[in-house]
Amino acid sequence: MNMYAALMLFQHAYDSQVPVHGAPWLWFSIIKILVVFTVLMVTIAYLTLAERKISAWIQDRHGPNRVGPRGLFQPLADGLKNIMKEETYPSAAYSPLFILAPVMSFIPALITFAVIPFAAPLPTPWGLVDMSIADLPVGFLYILAVASLGVYGIVLAGWSSNNKYALLGGLRSSAQMVSYEVSMGLAVVSVLLLSGNVSLSSIVSSQVATGWYFFPLLIGFFLFLVAAFAETNRLPFDLPEAESELIAGYHTEYSSMKFSMFFIAEYSNMTTASALLTTLFFGGWAVPFWTTVNTAPWHWWKTVITLVCFMLKTGFFLFLYMWIRWTLPRFRYDQLMSVGWKVMLPIALGYLVVMAGAVLALDAAGIAPTARLGGFVPTYWALLGVLNIVLAVLVFVVLDRGRLVSPASARVGPVELAELRAMALRRPAPVQGD
Amino acid sequence: MAIEIKVLERPIRQTSYVRAMLKGMAITFKHLTNPHKVTWQYPEQKWDLSPRWRGTHRMLTDENGKAKCVACGLCPQICPANCIKLVPGEDEEGNRYPLVYEIDEFRCIFCGYCQEVCPEEAIHVGRHYENSEYSRAGFVYDLERLTAQTHPVCEMWDPADPRGE
Repeated sequence: MNMYAALMLFQHAYDSQVPVHGAPWLWFSIIKILVVFTVLMVTIAYLTLAERKISAWIQDRHGPNRVGPRGLFQPLADGLKNIMKEETYPSAAYSPLFILAPVMSFIPALITFAVIPFAAPLPTPWGLVDMSIADLPVGFLYILAVASLGVYGIVLAGWSSNNKYALLGGLRSSAQMVSYEVSMGLAVVSVLLLSGNVSLSSIVSSQVATGWYFFPLLIGFFLFLVAAFAETNRLPFDLPEAESELIAGYHTEYSSMKFSMFFIAEYSNMTTASALLTTLFFGGWAVPFWTTVNTAPWHWWKTVITLVCFMLKTGFFLFLYMWIRWTLPRFRYDQLMSVGWKVMLPIALGYLVVMAGAVLALDAAGIAPTARLGGFVPTYWALLGVLNIVLAVLVFVVLDRGRLVSPASARVGPVELAELRAMALRRPAPVQGD
Repeated sequence: MAIEIKVLERPIRQTSYVRAMLKGMAITFKHLTNPHKVTWQYPEQKWDLSPRWRGTHRMLTDENGKAKCVACGLCPQICPANCIKLVPGEDEEGNRYPLVYEIDEFRCIFCGYCQEVCPEEAIHVGRHYENSEYSRAGFVYDLERLTAQTHPVCEMWDPADPRGE
């Protein structure tokens, strides 16, 4: 019996276009876990290099370029250095939590990636393999739940260090994450309105059918983007670290590999947030304007192309993270809170009402989400997009006349300024006596 | 006398955060793609030193390879940091020469007075700066080491030609 006949026998037993089940499912899951974990860790290592390179280029420098060709082995050198360094345990710290805290921020950051579909399903002789570790039916809810566990690591690190700066950093991060999680969740409800499902793979497939959601949900995308920056503690929302005020915030007392764990957690949070932005608003692994590759029947080359596409999209958002970090200064704490509660939350709530109304109206008008105007432009998508552009213009023009984040000096209006000038001109008479 | 208060011109019109942010991001992107970098890749790329740069010392020699120094004692006399150690000796013909001549480069403040005061143009400060050592003792340069240096020496300031043209 030759190989081909053996393969035919296999194909007889298992259809490659039917989801894999039974023992092969378990094996494929284990392989996927190992591969995704490895790829994620390598990506994180190289993100630290990318961050340093991009910061250097933005500041007209070269960046690390000594270890290996063009500095490509820098992450290895950094990792080695961090492992070799001395671990310090502050005598006043509460050791059990002090040791547990880096783990508690590191693990949720990694396991959030488990539900993200990163490519089109791969057909194998044993059946169709989903290209996400676990395609949970409650996918997005799982991410919201697990991602908010990360705050425990930061708060516990801040508290157990027994250090003023660390404690303040931990407190700030809990306040910040709690505030922004609300608007993040509300911004995504509009995505769920359009897709009608919380599983990330069906969000991707409905985007393939109806067009990517960033256009019909422009404001939702923007809210989610801002909230994602706040959730990952990246500039302009990196108040928990705030070097200028809090030394290093919650990880002031950490050294060596425990410090690295916080770093890995930050970068894997960034990766997950970028992957989520891609999945929820930019069609996930879908390739733009190429329906063949985005739909069944599946083939291995489709998996490869969509994987590359997903990586490019995620990479773009990672670049955006870094680009913004090296452009914008940090918010003040009161500004952070007022943006979170007085701007983001009302906009998210109002937006949800408007979008729900719009979806209801479109359904009542009998426009199917998959209907296409002139066979090309999806009607549903375009109508919601136009509505969103109008809303976005309104929001930015009305809200963003400096009231969003006003400079400390700008509270001086023309009247007060005239008074101040008059005060300066009026020279009080020299005090007699004394 | 009353204190004058200076009231600065403050921005009265509030500006848009989003517009300012986009402007900032455009600037950073321009720098990101700009191929001109300001960093000097030091060990490969070095600054040109000024001809009057005062660095590590060098003792010049005559055609026989002997140090030009006649042990007159002017350089230890003028040295403000007191870093030159000189023990004069005399040979059979009555020529003075340095028995011991040591400069502690760690103490030296590189003022260049030794070069200015030297009647024989023997001791010079040099156009050289890479002089790290593993121990403090390594910074005490003896006569042998001073004569063995090969780097160019400092050109003294000439009052007739103050710009060195």
